[in-house]
Amino acid sequence: MTNEPTPVAAGDAHLRSAESAAAGSSPAGTTGPGTLLTIDNIEVIYDEVILVLRGMSLGVAEGKIVALLGSNGAGKSTTLKAVSGLLPSEQGEIASGRITFAGEDITRLDPADRVRRGLSLCMEGRHIFGHLTVAENLQAGGYTASAKEDRLDFVYEFFPKLADMRSRTAGFLSGGEQQMLAIGRALMANPKLLMLDEPSLGLAPLLVEEIFSTIARLNAETGLTVLVVEQNAQTALSVAHHGYIMERGRIMLDDEAGALSQNPDVKEFYLGIGAGDKKKSYRDVKHYKRRKRWL
Amino acid sequence: MSTFVSLFIYGLSEGAILALAALGFVLIYKATGVINFAQGEFLLIGAYTFYTAFVILRLPIVVAALVGVVAAVIIGVLVERFILRPMVGQSHISIIMVTIGLAGLLSALVQMFFGTQPRSMPPLFPRNQLEILGAHIPANRLWVLLVAGIVLTLLTLFFQRSKHGIAMRAVADDQQAAMTVGISVRRVFALSWALAAVSALIAGILLADVTTVEMNLVNFGLLVFPVVILGGLDSVPGTIVGGLTIGLISQFVAGYLDPGLAEVAPYIVLVLILLVRPYGVFGEKRIERV
Ligand SMILES: Nc1ncnc2c1ncn2[C@@H]1O[C@H](COP(=O)(O)OP(=O)(O)OP(=O)(O)O)[C@@H](O)[C@H]1O
Ligand SMILES: [Mg+2]
Repeated sequence: MTNEPTPVAAGDAHLRSAESAAAGSSPAGTTGPGTLLTIDNIEVIYDEVILVLRGMSLGVAEGKIVALLGSNGAGKSTTLKAVSGLLPSEQGEIASGRITFAGEDITRLDPADRVRRGLSLCMEGRHIFGHLTVAENLQAGGYTASAKEDRLDFVYEFFPKLADMRSRTAGFLSGGEQQMLAIGRALMANPKLLMLDEPSLGLAPLLVEEIFSTIARLNAETGLTVLVVEQNAQTALSVAHHGYIMERGRIMLDDEAGALSQNPDVKEFYLGIGAGDKKKSYRDVKHYKRRKRWL
Repeated sequence: MSTFVSLFIYGLSEGAILALAALGFVLIYKATGVINFAQGEFLLIGAYTFYTAFVILRLPIVVAALVGVVAAVIIGVLVERFILRPMVGQSHISIIMVTIGLAGLLSALVQMFFGTQPRSMPPLFPRNQLEILGAHIPANRLWVLLVAGIVLTLLTLFFQRSKHGIAMRAVADDQQAAMTVGISVRRVFALSWALAAVSALIAGILLADVTTVEMNLVNFGLLVFPVVILGGLDSVPGTIVGGLTIGLISQFVAGYLDPGLAEVAPYIVLVLILLVRPYGVFGEKRIERV
């Protein structure tokens, strides 16, 4: 359990760094040519009053794995919902800013059209179709795809376990199997960018490793671009190329993944490793944070 | 024995029609969560549309049936688009009230155009008497059973196997997840209403062939409720078994006990089911571990 991050109370960690001053506009190194997804300074409001994203910007370069980290309630899931067009189904809206995918403005596009253009989301909590079989879940995943049979072969090859369980009712699979199915279902649409919202949620450490090595393999073998939201910062940064740290609805810090996992603030708040490499108690961290509070 | 056989066949044919009408109700409930109190009126509208095309406009039977299907699809889609969609997010009670209002509107429209006189339709199927195990059965009863059986089988296959059937079940399961795989929830809603109207149309035509075209068809539509409660509201096979069961029960009660009692027997079943097994005999057990 040593690499578990120290628990951080919601909205309690506020990082300040040189980079974060510039983070409001467009983060360096990740926009421009070769950028598949650009989130440009968006504001998201729920129920017409709750402002959740305040000038959120982020870029995902083609062929890379990008990790989006942050404490509970920072707005990570909201960011992914904004990109996949799910906000209207939750009384949320993008009040300002722009989202560009493969060079086209998709800010107000219908969710189905986004899937057709190659954007797939695996929601937090898996959300598999519990009453459908494994095979039917995958068929539903290929709803927009043209070469469905090829995709099915590909997914079964990638997750041989799913092939063995194809006629089982999905709701009765274990958590790890359901996560595999959720990823397989998203892959059925033949995405260019796969977005994963906390794929490790509720899984045992060994399974978490398995999920992330699957993500790394997908990226290495097929060139799939991945944007992954995670609480499990260390594991996520170990496979990611680039990482973003989000607090209170905006990006506070972003860097190349290796550098980010060496960053003292990140170590302290997300990886649970103190300055002297000894694990600090939650109380100490909280105290220290109070001094570093910047708002 | 011959009484038993004829009651059995009458019960099955009526039950199959009932299952068709109820299937429409279940499709809507399953995919959209709406309890459609206007399903009986869909049946009525279907029967009168077909009557208009076939008897008044003298179109050939196949063309008349196609006209009926097109009209049913249009009515289903319009109802979804302009009556139900604006109600998304409203309470269950308001939505039920809206479908009750819709039921009133549809039956008033039929009365306005056609009056309350029963209309007779030329027979759609041969009516020669067949002898089966000593019982004399008019052939059209068997035809009705055959057609209803084929349509029920096709609808079930559509639901279980086809891309759009799976999409409908996916939406019934988890709307947001369905959106993430690119299924248009609106289109699935429209499709459910259209299919419900078409299955009601076919039920209406078959029923009109064994009875007459009249306002009373609505009362038959009310029998949808005992059927779906018995079948568990969200199960397609359950609805079919429920329809056949209710059809058989009312025929046997009418034949062996009392025709008056047969009118209420389905509702007695309804109350008993609600007391004993509220999720029906075939209702999906909710999977909680998701
Ligand atoms: N549908 C909604 N309506 C109103 N407020 C919402 C809605 N969804 C999220 N929020 C609020 O927006 C904020 C950000 O939520 P979000 O789910 O994006 O956070 P998160 O970073 O994914 O957190 P977690 O790590 O806990 O999943 C929270 O304060 C939450 O209460
Ligand atoms: Mg979240």
